Amino acid sequence: MQAMVASLSQSGSNIWNVAYKELKTYFSSPMAYIVAAAFLAITGFFFVASVSDAFSEASIRGFSAGAIFFMIFLSPALTMRLLAEEQKLGTLELLLTSPVREVEIVLGKFIASFLMLVIMLSLTLYYVLVLFRFGVPDTGPIYTGYLGMILYGATTLSVGLAASAITSNQLVALVVGAGTLTGLTVVGFIAERLSGTAAEVLNGFQLGSSFQTLDVSNFAVAQGGHFADFSRGIINFGDILYYLGMTGVFLLLTVVLLQSRRWR
Amino acid sequence: MIKVEHMTKMYGAYPAVIDVSLHIKKGEVVGFLGPNGAGKTTTMRVMTGYTPPSEGNVSIAGYDVISHSLDARRHIGYLPETVPLYLDMEVSDYLRYMGQMRGMNKAWINERLPAVIDVVKLGDYRNSFIQKLSKGYRQRVGIAQAILHEPDILILDEPTIGIDPAQVVETRALIKELGGEHTLILSSHILPEISMICRRVLVIHDGRLVADDEPANLSERLRRTERIEISVRGADSVSDIISSLRDLSMIVDARRDPSVAANRGSVEGVIPLLIDARPDQEATENVARTIVEKGWGLTNMHMIPMSLEEIFLELTTDESLGE
Repeated sequence: MQAMVASLSQSGSNIWNVAYKELKTYFSSPMAYIVAAAFLAITGFFFVASVSDAFSEASIRGFSAGAIFFMIFLSPALTMRLLAEEQKLGTLELLLTSPVREVEIVLGKFIASFLMLVIMLSLTLYYVLVLFRFGVPDTGPIYTGYLGMILYGATTLSVGLAASAITSNQLVALVVGAGTLTGLTVVGFIAERLSGTAAEVLNGFQLGSSFQTLDVSNFAVAQGGHFADFSRGIINFGDILYYLGMTGVFLLLTVVLLQSRRWR
Repeated sequence: MIKVEHMTKMYGAYPAVIDVSLHIKKGEVVGFLGPNGAGKTTTMRVMTGYTPPSEGNVSIAGYDVISHSLDARRHIGYLPETVPLYLDMEVSDYLRYMGQMRGMNKAWINERLPAVIDVVKLGDYRNSFIQKLSKGYRQRVGIAQAILHEPDILILDEPTIGIDPAQVVETRALIKELGGEHTLILSSHILPEISMICRRVLVIHDGRLVADDEPANLSERLRRTERIEISVRGADSVSDIISSLRDLSMIVDARRDPSVAANRGSVEGVIPLLIDARPDQEATENVARTIVEKGWGLTNMHMIPMSLEEIFLELTTDESLGE
C-alpha cells in the first residue's frame, strides 16, 4: 500500500515536472506567443462580426464558432513541438531510459499544452466583459460555451500530440494533426450525403466545427456535431463523454506510438 | 551488476547483435571496441532499456530490463552518442530537469548540482544556453546529466567522438576519473582510448562478441604471428641472411627494416631486420642458432609486442594476417 502511494506520488511529480518544463519552454519561445496572438486576432474578428449588427444577439456564439474552427490549425501548432522535437534532438532516448513511464511523459506534455489553451481562452473573457457592458447576455450559453471550448480544445490538443509522436519533423506533425482534425470536421459534410447507419456513425464522430463558420453572416449553423448543444447553453452528457473519450483515445494512441519506438 | 545472456537484437530481418553473453561486475571499467555499425550502440540501448532484446535476457543490478524496467533504469547513467540536449535551456536548468526525471528530489539536486558542475568544469557556463556551447562543452553537459544522480552504472556511447583534440584529452582524463567511482561501460572505435581507460575490452564485430579480455592478454592471446627484431653483424649481404632465415619452417617473412635502423642509428656493418614468425615454435631460439652457426654476430634481438590496433585490424578484417 505504502509502495503504491509512493509510486503514485512519484508519477504525479514526474508528470508535473514534464508539464512545468514545457510551460517554461512555451513562454521562452516565440511560437506560443504567435499562436496566442493569432487566436486572439481571429476570435476577435469573429466576435466583432457577430455582435456589430444593429439587432445582433449578445452572445459568444460568433466568437466560439471562430475559436473552435481555428483550433483545428492552432492546437496542432501548439503541440507539434512537444514530441517531434524530442525525437529530432534525441532527448527522447534519455527520457525513455530514465525511470519515467511513457504515459507520464505524454500526460505532462498534454497538461502543458492544455494550460496554454486555458490561458488563451481566459484572455478572451474580455469579450464577455464587453457583452455585459453593452448588452444583456444570457449567462447559460456563456458558461457552457467555455466548457465546450475547453473540452473541444482538449480533444484537438490530444490529436495534435499524437501527430507529434509519429515524426521528428514539426511541420509534418502540424500537417498530420490539422489534417486529422479537418477529417473529423468534414465527416458531418459527408454524412449529409449518406443515409442510414453510416450517416449516423459519421455524424457521431463530428467534432463540432463546420466550414460554414467562414460564412460570417450565418453563425447559427456554424457549430455542429458535439459542440452545437454547448453553444446553445445545453450540457449534454453524451457530448462530454465524446470529447473526454476522444481525448483519452488519442492520448493512449500517443503512449502506444512512443512505446512502439522501442520496438523499431 | 550487468548480466547479458544470449542476447540477440533484430531490426526487422537484420540482426544487429547476435547471441551476446557477458557479465560485468561492480566497479569494472569495460570498453566496447568495434568499428561503426558493429553493434556497440545497440548493445548499450538494450542494456539501458531503451530497446528490448529480441531474444535472451538482460538484467541490471538484478532487475530484468523488460519486466522490472523502471528499477533497472534507476541504476543507470547514460550518454548516447548523439549527446541529446535541449538546446533552448540553460545548463543548470537542463541538469535540474534531468535530475528530476531520474527521480531526484530538490534537496538532492541542490546538493549534487554544484559538485557535478565542478567535476565536469562547467562553472563559467552554468547559466549559458546550451545552444551557445561548443561541441566539447555540450559533451560535458551530457556527462554531467549522466552522473548527476550518482548511478551505479555509467554507460557512455562514443564519448569523445566529434570533439576537438585538446578537449578529447581532457574528456578522457575525466572519464578515467569517473571509472574509479562507477561501473563504467564505454564504447569507442578508437583503440588507444579504450586501452588507456579500460581494464577489460570487449571486441564487437558484425554483431558478435569476438573477444573479451584485458588489453594486455588480448594482445598475447590473439597473436597469430610473432614479430622479432634482430641486428646482425658480419654477413656478406642482406639477402644471405634473409634466405637462410626463410629456410626455417616457422619463419613467415624476414626483411630489412629501415625504420629499425632509423630508430637505433645505423652502425657500420650491422644489418637490422624484422622477422614475422609463427607463434609457439621457438622462433627466437632457432633464429639465434642459425645466425650463430653461420658465424655472424647477433648484436640485438627482441620481440615486438603487437599493438592493439593491429590486433583489432586482425580481428575485424576477414583476411588473416601472414598469408
